[in-house]
Amino acid sequence: MDVGIRIEHLRKVYTSPPPAAAQVRGGPMTGVKFFKRPEKKKFEVVALDDVSLDVRPGEVFGLLGPNGAGKSTTVGILTTRIRPTSGGAWIGGLDVWRERVSVKRLIGVVPQKPNLDFALTAREMLTYHAAYFGMPPAQRHSRATELLDRFQLGDRADSLVTGFSGGMMQRLSIARALMHNPQILFLDEPSTGLDPQTRLLLWELIRDFNRRGQTVMLTTHNMDEADALCHRLAIVDHGRVIATGTPDQLKRSVPGGFVVRLQVDTMSDGLSASLAQIQGVTEVQRTPEGGVDLYADRGGTLIPHIVTAVAASGATIRDVHIFEPSLENLFLHHTGRSLRQ
Amino acid sequence: MNLQAFLAMLSRDGRVARRNFLPLLLQNLVQPMLFVFVFGRVMTTSGMMPESYKSLLLPGIIAISMLLSGLQAVAFPMIADFQFTREIEDRLLAPMEIEWVAIEKVVAGSIQALIAGGVVIPTAWLILGTGVQISFAQPLELVVLAVLVAVLAAAIGLTLGCSLGQAQIGIMFSLIVGPMIFFGCTYYPWSALASFPILQKLVLLNPFVYASEGFRSALVPQFPHLSGYAVFGGLLLFNGVFLWLGLRQFRKKAIG
Repeated sequence: MDVGIRIEHLRKVYTSPPPAAAQVRGGPMTGVKFFKRPEKKKFEVVALDDVSLDVRPGEVFGLLGPNGAGKSTTVGILTTRIRPTSGGAWIGGLDVWRERVSVKRLIGVVPQKPNLDFALTAREMLTYHAAYFGMPPAQRHSRATELLDRFQLGDRADSLVTGFSGGMMQRLSIARALMHNPQILFLDEPSTGLDPQTRLLLWELIRDFNRRGQTVMLTTHNMDEADALCHRLAIVDHGRVIATGTPDQLKRSVPGGFVVRLQVDTMSDGLSASLAQIQGVTEVQRTPEGGVDLYADRGGTLIPHIVTAVAASGATIRDVHIFEPSLENLFLHHTGRSLRQ
Repeated sequence: MNLQAFLAMLSRDGRVARRNFLPLLLQNLVQPMLFVFVFGRVMTTSGMMPESYKSLLLPGIIAISMLLSGLQAVAFPMIADFQFTREIEDRLLAPMEIEWVAIEKVVAGSIQALIAGGVVIPTAWLILGTGVQISFAQPLELVVLAVLVAVLAAAIGLTLGCSLGQAQIGIMFSLIVGPMIFFGCTYYPWSALASFPILQKLVLLNPFVYASEGFRSALVPQFPHLSGYAVFGGLLLFNGVFLWLGLRQFRKKAIG
C-alpha cells in the first residue's frame, strides 16, 4: 500500500497555550510570531503560516529547522493531535482531521519526549498497544518478542520501563510505533539526547523500515541527520517552508556553497562592495549583527583577499568563520541565522 | 466506538490496578476506617454517642469511600498523564475517537469505586461491632444506586483531573473534596441540617449528598433520608453534568 502525505495551505494559530498532551519541548511555545494586541491582551502564536508539502509514498522526508519553526506542530496535525486552524492535510487520501480514526490506523508515532506507559513492562506496553489496534493475542505476542529482540531490548522485556536509559526508551518508543505495522512512521526529533552509537542504530532502524517501502517523516534540527537519512527535505522557519528538495539539490542552491562569516568593527557599503569584487565570491549579505556573510565557491583561500579588502577600508577584523558547504549554509542563506542559534 | 480497543484499555487499567491493589486500597480506605473506629466504635462504646449512630454512619462511610476511590482512580493518573508522563498519548493514538478514552477511564474508575464499596461494607461492619442495623431488603435499588455513585465518582475525577495541574492537588483536597465530604451529609443525615435552613438548601448543590442519602435510604430506611426521587434525580443530574464537563475538559487537554 502506497501512502503519501499531502499538506495544503496549512495554518495553525494558537489562541491559548497548547495543552500539555499536544505540547512538545521546543514546539509551538518557543515563540514563532507574537501578536500582542495591547487593547485585548490576546494570546496569539502563529505556529504554521501557509505550509504546503507533498511527501511521496516510500520516501524518507525530513523537516529541518530550528526549535519553534513549526516542525512539531506539523507532525502534531498530521498525527491527529492538533487541530489545524485552516488549510488541509491528507494521509493516503484521508483527511487527517475529518477521518482521524482511519488515519490513526495508518500511522506510527515516535514523539519527541518519551511517553511510555510507566505502569507496564516493556513487553506489556507493546502487546497492549497492538491490542488497541485489534491484533490477535498470539500475533501480538510473537511480534512483541520479534521487535524487542530486533531493538536489543530482549533481556529487559519483562522489566518495568521506569529504570530504562534514554536510549532504551527511545528504542522502545520506536518498537511500539512499529507494533501495528503502520504505513507511515513519524519521528519527532528522534535522536535528541542519544549517544552517537544509539543514534547510528536508530538511523539503521529507520532505513530498515523505509526499505520495505514505507514512508517516514522525521523532524530534526540536526543537519547531519537530515543529510544522512532523508531523500527529500523541507527547510522550515517561522512556520513557513523556506525550501524543499533533495539534500544535494538544496546544498547546491546556496550560491557558491561556502559561507565566510565576517565580523568587523566598522562595516561600510564601500567595504561590502569591495568584498563582492573578490574572485570566487558570489554574493555578499549583511547580517543583523553588523557583519557580512560572503557566499563563495571556496573557503580558506579567500582569507588573504578579505584581510586586504578590510585593511584598505580602514576597518579591523573581529572574527572570521568558514562554513563548509552544508544544509546549515542554506538555512543561513535564507534566514541570516544559523540553525544552532 | 472501537470495542476491541476499549476493552484492551480497560484490561490495561485492570492490570495496573491489580499491580497496585494493596496501596490503592490502603490509600482509599484507611481514613474512612479510622473515622468508623473513632466515631462508630470509640464514641458509641463510651456512651458519648448513641448506639444507633453506628447504623447512621455506615451508609455515609460507604458513600465517601466509593466517591474518594473512584475520584482518585481517575483524577490522579489523569493529572500525571497530561502533565508529566504523557502515557495517555499512546491511547489517544489508538484507532478510536478520543472521547472513548475518557469514557474508558470513567468505567475503570467506577469499577474501582464499586470494589471499594464492596470492601468497605464488611470491613466497617466488622469495626463497628454489634448493634449495626442495616437491611438489604431492596437489593435492586442498592445495586443501581451503587453504580450511579460509582460513575459519579469517576466523572468528578475526570472533571477535576482534566482541569487541575499537579500543583493544585493540595487545593483540590482542601478546597473542593474536603468541603464536599463534610457538607455531603456523610456523618449526619440531611434532615439534621434543619436548624441551618440556608445551609440545608446550599448543600443540595453538593453531589455527595445524594450518594450518602441514597445509601441511607437503601440500607437504613429507619432514619430520615431524602426521597428516592430526589436521590435518583440528583444522582442522574450530577452524573450528566460531570460527564459532560469532564469530556469537555478532556477534549481541551487532549487536542491542541
